Amino acid sequence: MTTVAAKPENKARKKVRVRNVLIAIVILLVVLIDLYPLFFMYSASFKTNNEFVTNPAYAFNQSLHWQNYVDSWTRGNMGVFFTNSLLNTSVSLVFITLFSLTISFALIKMEWKGRKFFSQYFAFGIMVPVATTLIPLFVIYNNSGLYNTRLGLILVYIASAISFSVYLLSGYMRALPDEILEASVIDGCNIYTMMWHIVAPLMKNALITVVVIQFFFKWNDLLYSMTLISSSSLKTMQTGLLYFSDEFGSKNWGAIFASVSISVTPMLLMYLLLNKMVIEGMTAGAIKG
Amino acid sequence: MSRVLRDRRAILLFIVPGFILYTVLVILPVLWSAYYTFFGGMIGSSKWSFIGLDNYARLFQDKKFAAALMVNVRYIAMTTFGQVIFGLLLALMFKFWVKRFGSSVRTIVFFPVVLPVVAVGQLFTKIYEIQPYYGLLNSLLQGVGLGNLVYPWIGKADTALIALAAMDIWTAMGFYSIILYGALLDIPGDILEAAEIDGCNAWQLFRRILLPLLRPILLTCFVFSFTGTVKMFESALALTRGGPGTATTSLSMYMYNTAFSFQKTGYASVIALFIFLLCVFGARLIRAFDRKD
Repeated sequence: MTTVAAKPENKARKKVRVRNVLIAIVILLVVLIDLYPLFFMYSASFKTNNEFVTNPAYAFNQSLHWQNYVDSWTRGNMGVFFTNSLLNTSVSLVFITLFSLTISFALIKMEWKGRKFFSQYFAFGIMVPVATTLIPLFVIYNNSGLYNTRLGLILVYIASAISFSVYLLSGYMRALPDEILEASVIDGCNIYTMMWHIVAPLMKNALITVVVIQFFFKWNDLLYSMTLISSSSLKTMQTGLLYFSDEFGSKNWGAIFASVSISVTPMLLMYLLLNKMVIEGMTAGAIKG
Repeated sequence: MSRVLRDRRAILLFIVPGFILYTVLVILPVLWSAYYTFFGGMIGSSKWSFIGLDNYARLFQDKKFAAALMVNVRYIAMTTFGQVIFGLLLALMFKFWVKRFGSSVRTIVFFPVVLPVVAVGQLFTKIYEIQPYYGLLNSLLQGVGLGNLVYPWIGKADTALIALAAMDIWTAMGFYSIILYGALLDIPGDILEAAEIDGCNAWQLFRRILLPLLRPILLTCFVFSFTGTVKMFESALALTRGGPGTATTSLSMYMYNTAFSFQKTGYASVIALFIFLLCVFGARLIRAFDRKD
């Protein structure tokens, strides 16, 4: 009697176990698909050129050939590009946060005619593709002496970030209770102290979201820098990387992988350190939209 | 309170600097671009002259433009559906299958999203490569005994666009999976329980319950993916440079070449305007599916 009853139960349990194993395999496969290319990149960045010739591409690196990084950083100019990108990105981030904070505050919390119009005016830019502005921008820059200058690139980085950042911050700004502002006025705040001591600290999380997403956009920029910059001492990471193999020789795989790794690593580090904030920041636009 | 919030000087100070930058470097160029469309030749050259609507008429006869538009449409179709559908599958996997290490798995799936586009392009060039050495894909194929499948993936016109789409799906599917997973978590548990009690199987649950509930956020994902893919430029430039031939030359790339290599400012502006309108109306069209029923 007991054996008869136990049999189907065993079968069911076995079925569940087979299902769980299959699910685990699928999950593992997904993880592999996402991780393996990155692993391949780092591994290949330490290979000697000889390894690329004799071993298949999937083989692990047999040496720790740091020379690839040295080559790409110095002879390949990656050091220069990296510094340019970091400088342009950080300087524009300061102004992006400042401008989008003050603009969204003026649009949402302050009282004046025309703020409805200006809200729409600032929102318009979200839909504008970079490609559409590129030709006139090139003409403007050529005529004003901003072409091929760091200042020019930083200015357009700031300008192109305002729409989206104001849009994101406005959402958080609306949620900021008016009572807090009122209390601060009673305590003797004027508009500037209120902005600096009350609003800015309360908007900290929202501002971090803006910084994260704009850091990603600016670090990633290719169109502006390849159109508005011509001298290689001012080029940024992505432009440099794009033409790296043309200038450095397409057979020098080690150095190419090293430069790709150099470009990828800051983003990965930021992501690993600020995991939740990065995910929130990058998906904020879609969820709010 | 309102006296402080009506401070005109503060409003000016808060708005004006950003307003000027944004107006001069974003809004003006759009208007300017529209104005350029009525001119022929290269700006600043002696041939720069008013030609009325000739540039627009030319658009309809330009075979290269038609080819670029075709490339864009095929790319948008493959990439948008790929990104959102794989994103949805991953989200369902997170919700119903992943029991342990959930947050680690989601962290890993989001990895490719944060990578710079050009770097990913360079990396995938080396994955698809066949010359001078086999890249990762071809060497793996050979390694597992499928050597006859070794192929110049980005060197041949018939696979280049698919290879590009596959790369861009790989990069972005994690993004959509996280958004859709968030939406799945928002679905109340008792709805799922009730469905289970009523004897729903997995497919019915998905088709009758999850899909209708996810519909608004799915449409948002489609709009996002569409406005991203319509601009198709960076990843294609980094992976294939628009080649082989013009197999992966998108509208944006054709516009860029027309403006900066062939130096036809006015005509390129027509293409730029076209991209803008495609972006706006395409997004509208997708939103039109968002009926309340």
